[in-house]
Amino acid sequence: MVCENCGSADAVMHLTQIVDNEMKSLHLCDKCAKEKGVEEPTTPENFPLTDFLAQLGKEGSSGTALQRAGSCSFCGLTFKEFREMGRLGCPHCWTSFEGHLRSLVRRIHGSAQHVGKVYLSPDPSVSEREKRLEGLRRKLKRAVEMEDFERAAELRDEIREMEPAT
Amino acid sequence: MSAEDRSPDPVPAPDHPGMGWLDASGEHAEIVLSTRVRLARNLQGHLFGPRAREEDRLAVLERVQGAVGRVEALKSAEVTEVGALEARTRRLLLERRLASRELVGENGRPPGKGTALIIGSDRSLSVMVNEEDHLRLQTLFSGLRIHEAWNILDTTDEELGQQVPYAFHPEFGFLTSCPTNVGTGLRASVLLHLPALVLTKEIGKVLQGLTQVGLTFRGLYGEGSEVVGNFFQLSNQTTLGKSEEDLVDHLDRIVRQVIQYETQARKVLLRDAASVTEDKIWRAYGLLRYARSLSFEELMNLLSGVRLGAALKLLPGLRVYPLNKIMIYTQPAHLEEAAGRELSPNESDAHRAAYVRRILASEGVVSPDKGSGEGSSSPDATG
Ligand SMILES: [Zn+2]
Ligand SMILES: [Zn+2]
Repeated sequence: MVCENCGSADAVMHLTQIVDNEMKSLHLCDKCAKEKGVEEPTTPENFPLTDFLAQLGKEGSSGTALQRAGSCSFCGLTFKEFREMGRLGCPHCWTSFEGHLRSLVRRIHGSAQHVGKVYLSPDPSVSEREKRLEGLRRKLKRAVEMEDFERAAELRDEIREMEPAT
Repeated sequence: MSAEDRSPDPVPAPDHPGMGWLDASGEHAEIVLSTRVRLARNLQGHLFGPRAREEDRLAVLERVQGAVGRVEALKSAEVTEVGALEARTRRLLLERRLASRELVGENGRPPGKGTALIIGSDRSLSVMVNEEDHLRLQTLFSGLRIHEAWNILDTTDEELGQQVPYAFHPEFGFLTSCPTNVGTGLRASVLLHLPALVLTKEIGKVLQGLTQVGLTFRGLYGEGSEVVGNFFQLSNQTTLGKSEEDLVDHLDRIVRQVIQYETQARKVLLRDAASVTEDKIWRAYGLLRYARSLSFEELMNLLSGVRLGAALKLLPGLRVYPLNKIMIYTQPAHLEEAAGRELSPNESDAHRAAYVRRILASEGVVSPDKGSGEGSSSPDATG
């Protein structure tokens, strides 16, 4: 589809507008959209994951870096395959390619350290329990601040259950 | 049209499971169509969706099916194997925004074995099984209810996590198939109708501002869909490095700001371009009310004007809920479902127009010419 404004470039922005008393959809190229003050939407399609992935391979002497990354010992996915697909094969891949993924994740999210909920596996270690308690206390504080007392009561019960009996 | 003609109501309450989000009951429902929060979760020891073997998919479904009975919100949930459904039924789920394209199968092909949709008994909560991730838990509400949507999802996630072992990494958080979802696995999105910002040409600035504060926007049907009918879906761009509460708080705050901008722009329209705005709205209403053929795109564009008119009380008596309903029930699979057969594109356009006429007739807009002496109570009087 060509841009309806200049009629030459490819239309990349599709908007509904009212022009000359007519409600119509408008298909604009990048340049004309910018002139009209309409920015191109940031859809996941143009989210630069593939750019990140392409760059990853270029770091250092790419060939050896990729070979060193090897493949996932659980599902057999190679790092090259991941770069092509943009999808990991299994939870274990995250450990297999930890170093590469750390820098990728940092570039996507601006951080590589999860600070949200801490999941407690069925047989948690002491530090896992503490981390989780920390998270629950943070939630409790928030619930009280937001005057969500029902939720606060639930959280208090949960914390009490987890805290070592004294 | 008399009051009697309005019954039986062709706009019954949302009766399909998971359709409560249409009812326009939530906060700011005249601007916010719906709020959705979803969590991506994967089970330990199984390959992720794109690489999962049939045995992985079946094992994942089996584990989850065994667990739902012990999760409060999923206790009497309905588990549907998507691959066993007919093609049209699968498209219905997609059009109702309960399932993703990936879950219903690309290009009309049924999805792989073990693909399932679980809809909770309170109907705002659902779980997609064996999508790109093993589990996609989601809550979908009418209007602006980000915190409520998150709290319900959080509780369900906690309970389900006790029953099935999630894949979790102390540094990366909840592990996902795609690195763009890792960490919290949380994506909160709000579907907004922003016609006045588009009309006043302020929308570009607003959208640009959104990307600078870590939000992203897209069209009505999620990833990659274009903006139609001035509906914008706003959501968080990143999922890792912030707590779930911070992510939903942030979105809530920004969305409220955008609502303020839109409200402001609507005031500007009424102040500086009242007659033009009113004319456009009535023209859009007239076309919808009487047209014999409507493409979905044309419908959405006209509906945008009518929705604005309803919100500004320029179309007195017109409720927002029937307009929400029109958006869903005039999609191709819904029209075919109502007709009980396949429809050609031309037939589809005709059926669409007929459905819209029926709904609008039953709503009965009061004439705008109040006090002009003509005293007709409905545009039907002249049509
Ligand atoms: Zn152009
Ligand atoms: Zn793997």
